[in-house]
Amino acid sequence: MTWVGQRVARKEDLPLVTGTGTYVPDFNLPGTLEVAFVRSPLAHARILNIDTAEALSAEGVVAIYTGPDIRDQVHALVLDQEAAPPGLETAAPEIHPATIEILADAEVRHVGQAVAAVVADSRYHAEDAAELVRIDYDELRAALDPEQARLPGAPIVFDNVPNNVQARYRIRVGDADAALDGAEHRLAMKIRSQRVMAAPMETRGVLASTVGEETTVWSSTQIPWAVRNSIAGAIGVPQRQIRVQIPHMGGGFGQKVNVYPEEVLVTYISRVLHRPVRWVEDRVENMIASGHARDQLHNVEAAFDSEGHITAIRDRFVLDSGVACPYPLSSAYNVASHFRSMYRIANFSIDAECVLTHKMFNLPYRGAGRPEAAFVMDRVINAVAQELSLDPAEVIMRNLIADEEQPYRMGMPYRDGHEVVYDASGFPAAFERLLELIGYAEHRRTQAQLRAQGVHRGIGLGTYVEGTGVGPFESGQVHVDAQGHVVVYSGCAPHGQGLDTTMSQVVADAFGITPEEVVFRAGDTALLPYGVGTFASRSVVTAGAAIIESSNRLLKRIKAIAGEMLEMAPEDLEVGAGRVRVRGVPSRGVSFKEVYRAASPGPGARLPEGMDPGTSESFYWVPPTVTWGFGVVGAVVDVDPETGVVDVRKVVMLHDCGRVINPLIVEGQIEGGLVQGIGATLYEHVIYDESGQPRATTFLDYLLPTSAEVPEIVQEHLEGTPSERNPLGVKGVGESGPISPPAAIANAIIDALSPLKIQLNELPLSPATVVAAIERAGAEGPLHPTGVKIGFPASNQSGGFLR
Amino acid sequence: MKPAPFEYHAPTDLGEAVRLLAALGEHGRLLAGGQSLMPMLNLRLARPEAIVDLNRITALAYHRLDDETLVIGALCRQREIERDQEVLARCAAIADAIPLIGHIGIRNRGTVVGSLAHADPSAEWPVLAVLLDATLEVEGVAGRRSIAAQDFFKGLFATDLRPGELVVEARFPLPPAGAGSAFIEVARRHGDFALGAAAAVVELAADGSVTAARLALGGFDSVPVRATPDPAAAAADVHPVDDVHAPAGYRRKLAETLARRALHLAEQRARKAGR
Repeated sequence: MTWVGQRVARKEDLPLVTGTGTYVPDFNLPGTLEVAFVRSPLAHARILNIDTAEALSAEGVVAIYTGPDIRDQVHALVLDQEAAPPGLETAAPEIHPATIEILADAEVRHVGQAVAAVVADSRYHAEDAAELVRIDYDELRAALDPEQARLPGAPIVFDNVPNNVQARYRIRVGDADAALDGAEHRLAMKIRSQRVMAAPMETRGVLASTVGEETTVWSSTQIPWAVRNSIAGAIGVPQRQIRVQIPHMGGGFGQKVNVYPEEVLVTYISRVLHRPVRWVEDRVENMIASGHARDQLHNVEAAFDSEGHITAIRDRFVLDSGVACPYPLSSAYNVASHFRSMYRIANFSIDAECVLTHKMFNLPYRGAGRPEAAFVMDRVINAVAQELSLDPAEVIMRNLIADEEQPYRMGMPYRDGHEVVYDASGFPAAFERLLELIGYAEHRRTQAQLRAQGVHRGIGLGTYVEGTGVGPFESGQVHVDAQGHVVVYSGCAPHGQGLDTTMSQVVADAFGITPEEVVFRAGDTALLPYGVGTFASRSVVTAGAAIIESSNRLLKRIKAIAGEMLEMAPEDLEVGAGRVRVRGVPSRGVSFKEVYRAASPGPGARLPEGMDPGTSESFYWVPPTVTWGFGVVGAVVDVDPETGVVDVRKVVMLHDCGRVINPLIVEGQIEGGLVQGIGATLYEHVIYDESGQPRATTFLDYLLPTSAEVPEIVQEHLEGTPSERNPLGVKGVGESGPISPPAAIANAIIDALSPLKIQLNELPLSPATVVAAIERAGAEGPLHPTGVKIGFPASNQSGGFLR
Repeated sequence: MKPAPFEYHAPTDLGEAVRLLAALGEHGRLLAGGQSLMPMLNLRLARPEAIVDLNRITALAYHRLDDETLVIGALCRQREIERDQEVLARCAAIADAIPLIGHIGIRNRGTVVGSLAHADPSAEWPVLAVLLDATLEVEGVAGRRSIAAQDFFKGLFATDLRPGELVVEARFPLPPAGAGSAFIEVARRHGDFALGAAAAVVELAADGSVTAARLALGGFDSVPVRATPDPAAAAADVHPVDDVHAPAGYRRKLAETLARRALHLAEQRARKAGR
């Protein structure tokens, strides 16, 4: 029985689906104090005075902290984790570290920034007292439009960031300028991916408990090691005094891939008061004070010939950082390295700037730059087809990289400094299969007839590539314990991905046991000296490699010890059913438990000459570079041209993620990702008004897709290209789903209304946006060669009533 | 996200509730299904000094058909109406509207009368009340009075209720047999408050000519509007404003489209019923 490749049911789900999980709010430590924050109501203001006297005397209040109170004890977070690595020099990156204050000291820089922390015996009392903290502000002009914020005279967000340009880079491949100058055809488009947020089901939360000089911090985070290091640095204590552990988590999607001020402050307060202290973020806080994402405005130009071959792309884009873009390489550089997708485009030029504004900071969110890039690229492809009156599928096909061109070199570095070289192939075959699965030819035959019946149906297409399994490293450690169980530790930080099950399948195969018999522990800085976390479609690739390599080392070790015990050569031994057995004589062997005893230090040890005691091995996997997955997505939509309502009927996705360890989990990842992509395409929008006030602060106005908005989803895994860049042959899949829906759905709406040449270049595609696009196109006259203006046959005839 | 402190009262009969409300005046708020009040309390957007919880006054948990009138008590959940096949068969507009109200969990708790008293102009029940010429039976210490739906809604979340009064019953006269009715809306997602809603009743003579038509529009003004039953004229009757979900211009066009479709569908249903 081989477990890898099986649809093994997730072993970690029982507590999660029976209400017996342990999330941050579920801990019940005696004497726990609760924190409520007083947050800035203004986008940009000087703090003139903070009066906490009345609040301090309110019922249940234990302490209140303000910026000046902690000025000398707690340092601001200076996040510079994405300094440019060697190999990225050609991109000429300039990156200023992101500064994030723990509590605003003298100035507030976005609505929602924490100004004071009220500590009380209950959250109710803390919130009551928070209302009594009086703060006088002197409101200042705010920088809100990133294109304006980078110009001289704009309000400056941080003095150390000139012109608010926190990060920039440029990439030149070939000569896009010359290709555009000499082009047969060219087009220019302005394309925007709006500001959205990850909106995990569980908001953030942190609980800190101090015993003696050691503090245990339970935080809902994707990066426990970085949280530990940052807390220790900010409050000036040795890292060994801080242990960060993740309890059960309700998702992260990148929003929890940052170290936040609340994690530092709650830890600090626990150490000052010597009490357990907890803060659980509420939903409004999550919407204004947890990382937002995307928010890019692209100005793109393309050169192409009359057959639709794209010869050059020139793009300039601005990313609205808010008060910080802590991961400019992930959020912005990923755009460049994924921009050209599966296409052969020889000349490529891109200039990017991350510009500070007085809004919440901008973090990578599931897809991290890839959905934004794919939306631009596949809107361009579609516009080329529209311009030349060619079928978009035909134009995609003509630009796809052929198998004989693989491994294709993109002529630029990845964000890890290594050259982008695809380790995948089969692009044309995958695309043809998509057209077949979605019924593209049939659609082309029946579209006009449907339209005559009043059904405006369209199919839109998109493609993507995805560099996965980014470094710097991940850790794995595998033990056989005293009971003979196989116990796995890893530096990843699973929070819904099913990594317990996936990793257990891998280890079960290595040791000849079942996944249920594997004990998997992760997300705890006390387990291992080094670790990173779970984000960027990386854990199965990097933690998987570390775990299989440490498993192989441990197998070698326990076979050597068993060989000593059985007086056999290790090569003649095999493992199975929790035993090391003689090959061909399964009755002869020793149990893992007996091996553990033989490996224990002391007089009873029976170890090969020169071997140290123990049944534990570690491995740190440092990937050579990322491994490339890819995929193709098609959407079928019906559009009501009068109301602009879009009904997504079906989404079809084919993808390559290398070797699949658990199809059930991969399918779930794809499905959830597609739904988040649908959300970003049609519904979700973090809106700030002209004074910097967030306008969507509850789920009444920030619209997530619900089960009622989920269409039929068809997915197929492409067999063919297991990765050669890691021992399991896997590629990441966590972020694949949301990359292509924006382009595919926008292109589908355009196809549905194809007698008009409409443009949909700004997300989300709300009904009002669609109607406005129709009106714009309609005002330019009937553009279709037949001269047919779009009609509303069914709905314009109001029956007898209007007679 | 915890409510500010409040007193909590849970009367077990209507008289006690009325006396409590009178004593509390503007400082008291009624709690029925809680689908709007609870989020507002938790967001501290509503900060009443006292809550009067109606949930123990089980005598108000009823609905019935009195001849041509659907009578709904103050504690009747929306789901109760949704599951009454006779009511749904008698009025297609009601049958159309209920599934559009939030989701089943919301309709399990939310009350019809609570939705009316909350007076959200995008909500479905206020539009139905205006369409069907419903009356609201109101009780206070000064006694009982009836208010026509069109006089009840005074503005965004504002009604004709005086301090100390509560709606004890809503009475919806159903369209006559043979009439057709319809309720349609456009919302960003299923179950959201509508960008706009239109509801219509059309009655036909034996020769098929239209003898009467009614149209109500919701979500376009601060109150649900009884509009001229003609799409173009109806669009001129409403005064939409911009919000994060759609600009006013879109909504004005939507009013015309939905008015036309609701009237058309109601008429089609009337013709079908007449055959």
